[in-house]
Amino acid sequence: MPTFVDPNKCDGCGKCVDICPSDIMHLSNSIVSGRKAFNIEPNYCWECYSCVKECPQHAIDMRGYADFAPLNHKLTVLRDKEKNVVSWKIKYRNDMKNEFQFPIRTTAWGSISPPQSFQNPSDEEFRSQLLAHEPGYLKSERGLATATKP
Amino acid sequence: MKTKTVDCDVLVVGGGMAGCGAAYEARYWGRDLKIVVVEKGHIERSGAVAMGLSAINCYMGMRWNENTPEDFVKYTRNDLMGLVREDLVYDIARHVDSTVHMFEEWGLPIIYDEQTKRYKREGRWQILIHGESYKPIVAEAATKAADQVYNRVMITHLLTDAEDSNRIAGAAGIGVRDGALYVFRAKAVIVSAGGATHVFRPRSVGEGAGRTWYSPWSTGSAYALLIGVGAEMTQMENKLVVTRFKDGYGPVGAWFLALKATASNAYGEDYELKYKEEQRALYGNYVDAKPFPTCLRNDAMLREIKAGRSPIFIHTEKVLDTREKEELGHEDFLDMTMSQTIVWASQNIDPKKRPSELQPSEPYIMGSHATCSGAWASGPSDLSSKDYFWGYNRMTTVQGLFGAGDTIGGSAHKFSSGSFTEGRLAGKAAVAYIREKAADRSPSLADGKTESLKEEIFKPMETYRLGKNMITGGTVSPFYLYADQGVVRLEKIMDEYVGGWGSFYMTNEVLLNRGLELLGMLKEDLGQLGAENLHQLQRAWELHHRVMTAEAVLRHTLYRKETRWPGYCYRSDYPGLDDKNWHVFVNSRYDPRTGEWSLFTRPYVQLIGG
Ligand SMILES: Cc1cc2nc3c(=O)[nH]c(=O)nc-3n(C[C@H](O)[C@H](O)[C@H](O)COP(=O)(O)OP(=O)(O)OC[C@H]3O[C@@H](n4cnc5c(N)ncnc54)[C@H](O)[C@@H]3O)c2cc1C
Ligand code: SF4
Ligand code: SF4
Repeated sequence: MPTFVDPNKCDGCGKCVDICPSDIMHLSNSIVSGRKAFNIEPNYCWECYSCVKECPQHAIDMRGYADFAPLNHKLTVLRDKEKNVVSWKIKYRNDMKNEFQFPIRTTAWGSISPPQSFQNPSDEEFRSQLLAHEPGYLKSERGLATATKP
Repeated sequence: MKTKTVDCDVLVVGGGMAGCGAAYEARYWGRDLKIVVVEKGHIERSGAVAMGLSAINCYMGMRWNENTPEDFVKYTRNDLMGLVREDLVYDIARHVDSTVHMFEEWGLPIIYDEQTKRYKREGRWQILIHGESYKPIVAEAATKAADQVYNRVMITHLLTDAEDSNRIAGAAGIGVRDGALYVFRAKAVIVSAGGATHVFRPRSVGEGAGRTWYSPWSTGSAYALLIGVGAEMTQMENKLVVTRFKDGYGPVGAWFLALKATASNAYGEDYELKYKEEQRALYGNYVDAKPFPTCLRNDAMLREIKAGRSPIFIHTEKVLDTREKEELGHEDFLDMTMSQTIVWASQNIDPKKRPSELQPSEPYIMGSHATCSGAWASGPSDLSSKDYFWGYNRMTTVQGLFGAGDTIGGSAHKFSSGSFTEGRLAGKAAVAYIREKAADRSPSLADGKTESLKEEIFKPMETYRLGKNMITGGTVSPFYLYADQGVVRLEKIMDEYVGGWGSFYMTNEVLLNRGLELLGMLKEDLGQLGAENLHQLQRAWELHHRVMTAEAVLRHTLYRKETRWPGYCYRSDYPGLDDKNWHVFVNSRYDPRTGEWSLFTRPYVQLIGG
């Protein structure tokens, strides 16, 4: 169910174009309707929802792949980076409905400490088999395991 | 057309799970180095984890004495029918827990078992996560670690040094937005460009062709780039066929392992162990391995399907008895394969009431899952025997060229966490390489290289420009071939001659040789690819990479004269597993100067007894 775009909602901001891993959300420029996004290659759409989650206007929706998904279903998503939850609504062809909500992150966006913010490692650590933050982050009494070389 | 030249110390090609790990670790050890990531998508949602994941499939749990690296080596060795690089596997296992603990600190929600206060296990090696934002979280760390991330630049070629053709000098590619030729000069390059789909004909057709289980943007760059500069490859015949929910390709791990769902044939009968004695006769005592190897489970299912007792059902309806389980089952798909939810919604399949069909997929080429195709790489100094060690961990046979994740062969079952971990290993090793071998030696490119690259890389646009006025319109032209037309040809050749689903994964020497002939003609036709715009130019180079990958797969399949991984691929002319002659790695090297391939074997060396 590749994506399609509601022309009344899309304002041509291009966020879907930036994010799509398949490079298939593109902008058309029509004199009549202006700058609007659309899926140029539905057969390379993974239905990954990256563009749907990203669109500020909620203009992008999905219609299941034509070769095996009968019509009249709906799967919609809302991803909230303030509350850090993602909410899904499923509507079946026979109108059955279901809803789910899941957490997406436990910390604030942008809060990760980059590797260069940690103390410079020593030469001895550099020459050892240890990776960054090891052995501490292994949290294992054994420390970094090794085996006898054949 | 503009050329943009970027000089750096470490260049990471592909900002997926492994690439993010590489950038993080290279920065940790190389504070003063210039580290650049180049990514054909956008790092925030690129790669196989674009949708998210609902589990981390590689975690030892050494802090709770759940598993040891030794246990993991035994497991992967059995699952891969006796053939893994135990040094590489062990190395992933001993480090992977620190990666997962780092992810948790960064904000990835890992699910805890309320009783044990430990991570909730999906299976022995897997833990459950709320992983919708797995990739954006990991990408945040990598973006902060790198000096710069170039999004929307597709690498088409690796570059070797003008004075030493077996030493890396950088990479070149297309700026898919600005139309520039990008030339990166680097002292060390880490390729982490993912696996390959659409090499074999997918089961989905028409509009649905994007619904492969592995992502359609996994285009074999990891293999083709390396092969193109003469890096030695291994296990390219070890294609992956995964059993998944039919059409939607919903993963089965959570259902079988955490929810304890069972599978049956059309008539409700359990079939998995039914063929054990027939399998033993062909494949030996690997049938006694616990757990039962993934490829043998596929093999049992295929026997059942051939016997006319499909569809194979997974009985979701027998296990979804609480809301908690229903949430777990649904989140499994909503976090990583929404198409499966859409199959249920569109076909009125309420998983609480009805079973779903299972089906084995088309083959994929991967180094991180239940198979291990990819580059032949050095292991770490403390674990690897002399056959497996040449100076720097995860360095390929080309000096200064490293790999991680799907790129590296011989080490299966890395998955997302292990791929990131392998990126970290390569990142640290690349820093060591630069300090010891490249501190005062800048990479140099041959005179005129930029000009010749420009001509070669942008040729499909020129071919189209010259040819388009010779037809009135449409897509049918004798003067050029579009990339999507070429992909379909490739898929058909591979499906029919190299053991795709259309031939029940079966092939033989005659078929393979005929396939090689047809593939050779496709390779020639790639010289006539046409591209109307930059997007199609990207597709054209993705096809180049897929075809190069396919050729390696075909040649390796031809070379291994036995059936090592039934359920993934069968040689009908050598139907049994032959440990006496073939308990070895099949390796290959393409000579970039002559275009000749050589195939040979490398020994299997056991690290862990038992
Ligand atoms: C549906 C599905 C379910 C899965 N389930 C799980 C699970 O539950 N648990 C788990 O741990 N793992 C799971 N995996 C596996 C996991 O996603 C992979 O093992 C892992 O992502 C491999 O990492 P990688 O870095 O090698 O490849 P990727 O993460 O795919 O990264 C490759 C990157 O390279 C980029 N690239 C490719 N070619 C080029 C080029 N020429 N130039 C520039 N950039 C390029 C791509 O855009 C991409 O960003 C699953 C995968 C899928 C698809
Ligand atoms: S993100 Fe939404 S509003 Fe912006 S171009 Fe895409 S569809 Fe239109
Ligand atoms: S669903 Fe994914 S692949 Fe499809 S258009 Fe959106 S971002 Fe691209």
